[in-house]
Amino acid sequence: MTLLPEEIKKDFPLLARTVRGGRPLVYLDSGATSQKPRSVLDAEREFYERHNAAVHRGAHLLAEEATDAFEGARATIAGFIGAVPGEIVFTKNATEAINLVAYSLSNAATAGPQAERFRVGPGDEIVVSEMEHHANLVPWQQLCQRTGATLRWFGITEDGRLDLAELDALVNERTRLVALTHQSNVLGTVPPVEQITARARQVGALVLLDAAQSVPHQPVDVAALDVDFLAFSGHKMLGPSGVGVLWGRRELLEVMPPFITGGSMIEVVRMEGSTFLPPPQRFEAGVPMTAQAVGLAAACDYLSELGMDRVHAHEEALTAYTLEQVGDIPGVRIIGPRSTRARGGTVSFVVDDLHPHDVGQVLDELGVAVRVGHHCAWPICRRFGIPATTRASFYVYNTLADVDALADGIRHAQKFFGTA
Amino acid sequence: MQLESMYQEIILDHYRNPHHKGLREPYEAEVHHVNPTCGDEVTLRVHLEGAGDDARVADVSYDSMGCSISQASASVMSDLVIGRSVKEAMVIGDEFLALMQSRGQAEPDEDVLEDAVAFAGVSKYPARVKCALLAWMAWKDATARALGEAS
Repeated sequence: MTLLPEEIKKDFPLLARTVRGGRPLVYLDSGATSQKPRSVLDAEREFYERHNAAVHRGAHLLAEEATDAFEGARATIAGFIGAVPGEIVFTKNATEAINLVAYSLSNAATAGPQAERFRVGPGDEIVVSEMEHHANLVPWQQLCQRTGATLRWFGITEDGRLDLAELDALVNERTRLVALTHQSNVLGTVPPVEQITARARQVGALVLLDAAQSVPHQPVDVAALDVDFLAFSGHKMLGPSGVGVLWGRRELLEVMPPFITGGSMIEVVRMEGSTFLPPPQRFEAGVPMTAQAVGLAAACDYLSELGMDRVHAHEEALTAYTLEQVGDIPGVRIIGPRSTRARGGTVSFVVDDLHPHDVGQVLDELGVAVRVGHHCAWPICRRFGIPATTRASFYVYNTLADVDALADGIRHAQKFFGTA
Repeated sequence: MQLESMYQEIILDHYRNPHHKGLREPYEAEVHHVNPTCGDEVTLRVHLEGAGDDARVADVSYDSMGCSISQASASVMSDLVIGRSVKEAMVIGDEFLALMQSRGQAEPDEDVLEDAVAFAGVSKYPARVKCALLAWMAWKDATARALGEAS
């Protein structure tokens, strides 16, 4: 392995604790949320202990230091994904970032001529896929409901890939925006973004990537991706909860109407009406999550030091080992690609005659934390005709021994319920 | 090991051989309940005889999909309520709800709850309480609707 997960584990205080009768914790639920290294916790604490103040206001030293810390965090995070700071909008999480774009599109209807290119209405189409997290599906369903636009979607092939057979028909001259996962949170699938973006460019559609599961796990460079928007959450990438990012092309952000309005985002306010600041401030109403942004920047630094290429290679090795060790257990079926090609470190599976809840309960008893259920991507379960899955998801601190514990636990569950 | 305290033999028996499962006629009300956190689903029908205070549970039939706890609970629930007056059955339902909200602290009354006492161990796991309550909530909802239609 290219990383030393046993060493990395020592940076994460929580991973040293025991669970359920003194058992060591095997944490395989980083797809839901990651654990936090000491450097992130220290960065937040140090901000509160030394520099805390409301940013972009006040004439005192602390306000100046807090603003520097906040804008410094923006620059670090921008660098992490190959962007410029002015294109980084802080949001609560990826969900809010996606909603920001969806609401900006419907607000465009009444926002004046410069927002015209964002208007959607009857006859227009929004394209998503059947493998989206609810966060990148429900906001588009709602946008279509508000505006009269039509929602269309890519299906999923039997082996868990995006079905592109109808690409040219699905993405057509009526398509205004393609919103797609950059890595499925259930299947692990990484769709061929280039091919889809090329088609979107031909027809003049915008492209948004839900990168909540990709930015934490693989090198991401927005310039190379050639998309328009990218959304991700801090808490899934070693950072604090309560902070996420919308990256958008500067020229688009410049003309997009705001979503959440209030203080900090205005230029001039009169009783009759208001004008707004340029981006990113236009999209950051209220006193922002400053300590959390500082913590997220520390997480970016931690990941950069490990090297995202090595993080990706490490998870690929864990995934390959899991597809073997878990996939070969009789009665276990992997839901998603069986190879590591174009695939991330999220492995979902079902066990014959055992409900995922019961598998998860046995694993929990053994100290192995996994996610069970539909993972906020219910249509995937419907597609495969299953009620739910058990999901193991990896990160920098996971070891091959963690995978062994998972496989042992599955066999134990089969034995306990007498199904194998 | 704690697993045995949750997955008691009674629960596993009901899970493997559920009682009263399958949708039947006649019925006055049918409901569909889901557990949105995990996707467990139950479709449940209630057939009542009599009206008002004299209403009796003549039949409860259901079709369901879910974990061992939710499936066993539906089976035990149907055993407990079929043949009883709605009033008596509601009392049992309340007793079961109290047990499930007890976080493992309650001493269940076997005379009232019969096989349902086996779920006492489940109440220690907050994430699984909803599984055990899914069918009971569906039954209460369906019964309220059936009574509403009858009056």
